[in-house]
Amino acid sequence: MYLYSLTLQRAQGITTAVYGNFSGTKGAQEIVVSRGKVLELLRPDENGKVQVVHSVEVFGAICSLVQFRLTGAQKDYVIVGSDSGRIVILEYNKEKNAFDKIHQETFGKSGCRRIVPGQYVAVDPKGRAAMIGAAEKQKLVYVLNRDNAARLTISSPLEAHKSHTIVFSLVGVDCGFDNPIFAAIELDYADADMDPTGQAAAEAQKHLTFYELDLGLNHVVRKWSEPVDNGANMLVTVPGGADGPGGVLVCAENFVIFKNQGHPDVRAVIPRRSDLPAERGVLIVSAAMHKQKGLFFFLLQTEYGDIFKVTLEYEQKEGTVSELKIKYFDTIPTAAALCVLRTGFLFAASEFGNHALYQFQGIGDDQDVESSSANLVETDEGFQPVFFYPRRLKNLVPIDDIESLMPIMDFKVANFYDEETPQIYALCGRGNRSSLRILRPGLAVTEMAVSPLPGTPRAVWTVKKSVTDDFDSYIIVSFVNATLVLSIGETVEEVSDSGFLGTTPSLSASLLGDDSLMQIHPNGIRHIRSDGRINEWKTPGRMTITKTGYNRQQVVIALSDGKLIYFELDVTGQLIEVEQKEMSGDVACLDIAPVPEGRQRSRFLAVGSFDSTIRILSLDPDDCMQILSVQALTSPPESLLLLDVQTGAVESELGGTRSVFLNAGLQNGVLLRTEVDMVTGQLSDTRTRFLGLRAPKLFATQVHGTRAMLCLSSRPWLGYTHQGHFQLTPLSYETLEHASSFSSDQCPEGVVAVADDQLRVFTIERLGETFNSTAAPLRYTPRKFVLNPTHKNVVVIEADQGALTADELQAAIKEAVENNNEAAGGDKMDEDKPAEGGEDEEKEDPLPEEQYGYPKATADSWASCIRVIRPFPEAKTTCLLELEANECALSLCLVNFHDKEGLGTLLAVGTARDLQWFPKRGGSAGFIHVYRFTDDGDRLQLVHKTQVDGLPTALGSYQGRLLAGMGQTLRIYDLGKKKLLRKCENKHFPNTIVSIRTYGDRIYVGDIQESFHFVKYRKDENQLYIFADDVVPRWLTCSLHMDFDTMAGADKFGNVFMARLPQEVSEEIEDDPTGGKIKFEAGRLNGAPNKLDEIIQFHVGEVVTAMQKAALIPGGQEALLYGTIMGGVGAMLPFTSREDVDFFSHLEMHLRQEHPPLLGRDHMAFRSAYFPVKDVIDGDLCEQFPMLNAETQRKIAEELDRTPGEVLKKLEDIRNRII
Amino acid sequence: MQASDRFNINSQLEHLQAKYVGTGHADVSRFEWAVNIQRDSYASYVGHYPLLAYFAVAENESIGREKYNFMQKMLLPCGLPPEKDED
Repeated sequence: MYLYSLTLQRAQGITTAVYGNFSGTKGAQEIVVSRGKVLELLRPDENGKVQVVHSVEVFGAICSLVQFRLTGAQKDYVIVGSDSGRIVILEYNKEKNAFDKIHQETFGKSGCRRIVPGQYVAVDPKGRAAMIGAAEKQKLVYVLNRDNAARLTISSPLEAHKSHTIVFSLVGVDCGFDNPIFAAIELDYADADMDPTGQAAAEAQKHLTFYELDLGLNHVVRKWSEPVDNGANMLVTVPGGADGPGGVLVCAENFVIFKNQGHPDVRAVIPRRSDLPAERGVLIVSAAMHKQKGLFFFLLQTEYGDIFKVTLEYEQKEGTVSELKIKYFDTIPTAAALCVLRTGFLFAASEFGNHALYQFQGIGDDQDVESSSANLVETDEGFQPVFFYPRRLKNLVPIDDIESLMPIMDFKVANFYDEETPQIYALCGRGNRSSLRILRPGLAVTEMAVSPLPGTPRAVWTVKKSVTDDFDSYIIVSFVNATLVLSIGETVEEVSDSGFLGTTPSLSASLLGDDSLMQIHPNGIRHIRSDGRINEWKTPGRMTITKTGYNRQQVVIALSDGKLIYFELDVTGQLIEVEQKEMSGDVACLDIAPVPEGRQRSRFLAVGSFDSTIRILSLDPDDCMQILSVQALTSPPESLLLLDVQTGAVESELGGTRSVFLNAGLQNGVLLRTEVDMVTGQLSDTRTRFLGLRAPKLFATQVHGTRAMLCLSSRPWLGYTHQGHFQLTPLSYETLEHASSFSSDQCPEGVVAVADDQLRVFTIERLGETFNSTAAPLRYTPRKFVLNPTHKNVVVIEADQGALTADELQAAIKEAVENNNEAAGGDKMDEDKPAEGGEDEEKEDPLPEEQYGYPKATADSWASCIRVIRPFPEAKTTCLLELEANECALSLCLVNFHDKEGLGTLLAVGTARDLQWFPKRGGSAGFIHVYRFTDDGDRLQLVHKTQVDGLPTALGSYQGRLLAGMGQTLRIYDLGKKKLLRKCENKHFPNTIVSIRTYGDRIYVGDIQESFHFVKYRKDENQLYIFADDVVPRWLTCSLHMDFDTMAGADKFGNVFMARLPQEVSEEIEDDPTGGKIKFEAGRLNGAPNKLDEIIQFHVGEVVTAMQKAALIPGGQEALLYGTIMGGVGAMLPFTSREDVDFFSHLEMHLRQEHPPLLGRDHMAFRSAYFPVKDVIDGDLCEQFPMLNAETQRKIAEELDRTPGEVLKKLEDIRNRII
Repeated sequence: MQASDRFNINSQLEHLQAKYVGTGHADVSRFEWAVNIQRDSYASYVGHYPLLAYFAVAENESIGREKYNFMQKMLLPCGLPPEKDED
């Protein structure tokens, strides 16, 4: 078996982010983010929406990013530290919309290793040198410079190694134009390793070390090293030179300390939340610095999400800092990276859940809790803490929310909504930001307006009054026997002075020429000039017009006798008949492409006939109405659209190719896309795609200012070009009858459509996303869930360690609000009355949980619940059982007991009391709760609760009984009156059972550390036998049953694999009438007698947490879908033909050679990071084919005996088979 | 280094041991071996962000805290070293 692996949705979590001006455009505000193995350039647009400008998969793990600028330059470069053993400097090329690799210098082995640099990158603030460091020992310094042609140069590396030293953080120190200095927090472990008494370990001291690069000597020295607080974890550069005192802020647990060479420490405590347990420290996890003329400050965020503003009182001349102040700023979800934008925005890349863009409303100048180095009080127990209560946002206003599913904890695929395609139900997020998200393949649609119409409309158009208008003026709606004209202004209302004929249905309405309008109705063409004159062209005899095709200069109509008449607009603005042509059969549809820029007319007319053919006719005066080419179809066409598509690199001279495609919607629901030769009109390279049960109707619309295609079948689809790829994506919206683009003040790029008796206006959001989601909030981190097909609902178990339960949290929030009000009330007494209003508001609307952040309880406490959600019609929680007495839910399953059928489907939930992970996984007791569904599945009723020995980490249903995995034991239970009754057990599993799947009489058990075990239950002996296991130690994170002999699984290190029992072993096991073979066969290699073969190996690069087998397109082939902890979704599709396997493996091979990954990690090595990749072709690499320049594309295509177009078509085809 | 030394297995090993932390030798003790494995593991956890996120979700800590904890554990990953035998 060969699989084609394709990422459907790239990881959504962000690991690091840097802010700068990377495109070099004046005033550009850009952010480069790493999403683990994807590098992206983001840019907030003028509406404050963060847009993804460029996204590239690098096939490697990005550990660190840093931006720098050469003195006097206008553009920032990015240095990337990754697992490639190479330092890579990238420049964003805005013409190509791609990152160009400027430099790549190899220094070590690849892989995330302890002593290979890449973990940290720091740069001199003046952009003169960069240091790249490893977690231990190695640090390399590269000098950055410019050559004569002003190109960036990089020196050979200078070593600054120190063995036996762990590095916690690395930054460049701002010292103006003196020699560049880098600062590191270091910890030497050499003595601790040698001293058995433990004294050395206890005395181990972190040091802050300054490394100076002597530019004159080209040499790095350890300039200065001084002990620093042992809780130090992060450094932040303080502006130096002419802008500030220089030096660094050392963020340590509970403290922020200013340090510089030859300067005494200035220390202040970080204020702590009042409800924080005493044993917990406060750690800064992300920081941002804002610098403008005469002012700089730092925003530091703690692990609980509180942001503090840090300011320094200093003397510029001597560079002395007299005071360090830490003031509470606001609380937002904990961020992996913060970026303060020069335009007054804060970009917060959340560790988990949605990212956000905030606007500054203040910079924390108001009164707030503040701690300062000046009033630091030292007592016997250490420094006296400062307390504060979190409050609602004061300085920040949320502007944009960027969706992130990170972390996906589990997902399943089902079709509860009876839609054309199934939905993905995903458990996402954690703590109070978690949710159950329902994902649908397709783009999200925002409905702007829905208004009823009199009668059932047939069609709708929008027209501008003049070419120069920005927005549409009229909406024209055609009914069976009338036409309605609506004018678009402040409101949309009916008008009668537009010149359009209202007493007849319309076939089209459009702008003609520069400023006149045209209405085509069955009996003629009505040409409305801008000065109000109306010219009518009437059909000859009793003929009526059946079909039309038009652009701003040309009009073609088809009459009821099959005759085509072609008109052109002449220089005086008159519509003149040019040519007629008899067609052999009735015309089904017509289309003319818009007039290309700088031309007089469009060259081609496409005519679809009921005899299942499409003809391309010429419109040139020389050979007017001559047939240029014919294409035979499988079914009569319903609708045609000529669309030019730009593929490959955007705006590029080299890579981008522009071609015209003839799109045809056929009556059998298929969309056909055929390339039209721009010179000869020949048709070639046809791509087909089934869109739905209705014949697709095609309409032109606008997406990002370029023409796109809207296809209306049983659901709407949008065909558009996004980042150099043409994409055809369904919209998550209802069936529509007829549509047109719509542009107005409020909605510059919308769509107006008719369906039933309603007029709808909507816009399409978040282009480029594969899925759109609706969310139902959850309370704690969701762990596992089951879909209940009988009642069509979902049961979720949620659990959090060290978290407050919902009641405690509410109480804590209430207390915070009261305390803040008290404090605020005290201050506000002196102020004016309006403050009162704000206070009332707060009382009415208590502090949202999200803004309260993420409070902590003591580490041994658990909050957990079981929840039933009915997803249809709107996701709603129907039952919520909070677990008490420090119990937490671990596992669940649905089970039908064989002798208790009257009870129906029961829910079993495994729980643990006082669960702890360290030093050893354990708890004071384990239970299995059995619940019954009542009220049509909406509620749960406890049947009974059974205490079991061990913690029930996995449950499964097996032949009408319950299977429970408790540590090393697998046990079968039957349902008794008062408790579960144990029937049989096997205690020989290696570590802990984490998954149980069953199929027929076979049981597939997944061990936390030792992969899969195949188990057989012998009824006559009432025994469980492990008859086969895997030879590879796999730390399983999820498992999926593929077929009788095959299991798919994923491990903690980001690998996906499939393990199969060899055919002959499987047969032997099944045909063993005496059972003696299983019973007496000796084990091999300390395990079961038979071994599984691993038939598929693939390194995804992110921890895979969920797997499902599903077909996401109607009638499509099943693929293996997986979800990752970073919020990515991918698919693996089995190839059906040997030919395809050959083609794609060759394509992959050529791409590996011609297009190595951006960060210099070898592609094959990355996909084989833990186990050699086996029988999986990487579609993500193959899909980078269009990014290559035309020459290389052609070269590779030639090697494959194809044209580049055919290669692209193959890539598109296989993607369309998945989604 | 002289030309003859280059082929001397011991000098090659010494070079490797100096350059690559954790390169073993004939007398490596159980403790030293374990410490190396642990340190390598922690460095790998810190380097692979998805893995950090996975631990963070399990322990209900922030990723930043998790990273700090792992770095901190590199000091004494296996507890105190055993008493050395005199012979």
